[in-house]
Amino acid sequence: MALSQKTKETLLGPLNANNPVVVQVLGICSALAVTVQLKPALVMGVAVTIIVAMSNVIISLLRNTIPMRIRIIVQLVVVAALVTLVSEVLKAFAYDVAMQLSVYIGLIITNCILMGRLEAFAMTNKVWDSFLDGLGNGLGYAAILIIVAFFRELFGAGTLLGFRVIPESWYVANGGFYENCGMMMMPAMALIIVGGIIWAHRAINKEEK
Amino acid sequence: MNTNSNTYTIVYATVVVIIVAVLLALVSQVLGPRQQANVQLDQQKQILGALKQDITGCDDPAALYFSLVKDTLDVNGHPVYVAVIDNEPKFVLKLKGAGLWGGIGGYLALDKDLNTIYGANFNHESETPGLGALIVELPFRQQFEGKHIRNEEGRVVSVAVLKAGTQAEGQEQVDALSGATITSTGVSDMLKANLAEYADFLNVKHCCGHCKGNCEGKCGHHHDGEEGHHHEGCCGHHHEGEACQGHCHHHDQAAECGHTAEGDQPAEGGQTSNIE
Repeated sequence: MALSQKTKETLLGPLNANNPVVVQVLGICSALAVTVQLKPALVMGVAVTIIVAMSNVIISLLRNTIPMRIRIIVQLVVVAALVTLVSEVLKAFAYDVAMQLSVYIGLIITNCILMGRLEAFAMTNKVWDSFLDGLGNGLGYAAILIIVAFFRELFGAGTLLGFRVIPESWYVANGGFYENCGMMMMPAMALIIVGGIIWAHRAINKEEK
Repeated sequence: MNTNSNTYTIVYATVVVIIVAVLLALVSQVLGPRQQANVQLDQQKQILGALKQDITGCDDPAALYFSLVKDTLDVNGHPVYVAVIDNEPKFVLKLKGAGLWGGIGGYLALDKDLNTIYGANFNHESETPGLGALIVELPFRQQFEGKHIRNEEGRVVSVAVLKAGTQAEGQEQVDALSGATITSTGVSDMLKANLAEYADFLNVKHCCGHCKGNCEGKCGHHHDGEEGHHHEGCCGHHHEGEACQGHCHHHDQAAECGHTAEGDQPAEGGQTSNIE
């Protein structure tokens, strides 16, 4: 499928050059909270992607009818409805994950990426473009979450997606030399990793320019 | 159309809210039963965990649950799940408390002496992964197995969760999780508080509680089969000590109970030893 230049930019821009987390520095709060393990990070990434794309589409459809004075409230209602929907579906079909994510699913409502995209893009763009923008931003957010969660789970617990990567026999408790990095479990470490990613991202993009 | 007029704004807001409300109500109605089933299954799995059943790879935990858990008693609004494992009754108490970031809970399975812990299972809402969240893991839970919730006098004193090296006074203890002091203290407090809530079940049952605790309303039911056994294990034991006085009146009830069930000889025997 050949994508036009503009479409490509809308969809892929947020993945790298205009990433919502590392460039716009939005949605940091949940990036810290759900990245201790890969699985919740993945689910969170998918959930946010779906919600941003869907709410972008809905707001874009309504954009010419929404009264300006209550536009933020309407956006919020749409997002809240979608978040509740996702939360209900997760509780019905993926109970364990829903419990793991606990309040953070509900807190997607307050994720700045959502309001940011709705206000900055969906209110003034066509439906298809808005959908791609939502998809791109959601995936850009998910990508960072997954990178952060990869490092935190690997070094914090020695596992990935719950599977053991670092052999048990390496651990000090079993006579080895290795010990998990407890710092990785703390939210502060997520911030440091995000900082590291931003650093690397800036350094690479500078070279390109 | 003027989308900025007051009337339009109000009508718009109303319509949006009504649509969203109807949609969410609908979804909640449709998914409700499924969610309820999930919540119930989760609870059953946790009770199975407290009963030391390994449910990894178990296709139908609910069936296992119903094959083990025979009855649910109500003690002042707190549930007691009565399970039978290897022909021995186990009593599972429900626990609820507070950790560091949110609520913690769990289930505590007691042997039929209502003193020895058979197994324990914990859950939490949002404890720190890798630290406080470790209360759900086997190494922490297994520490509780075989501990006693009563002191030597038979009083319920709970089990303390203390950091290694400190010594609890007058009660048994398990090691706290390092780096998770508040969660560990939370577990300790939760056990203490919840065991107190179950006092009516634990204490009465403790001395001939077999009769008193369960007698009310459903005497015959419990006296089927293991009557004598209980009276010997429960009463006889305690009457050797001095803790006997306060509990004696229970024996009257024991005797009362006995009338409704056949073969109350062992109960009589218990009384005899009491008189001695």
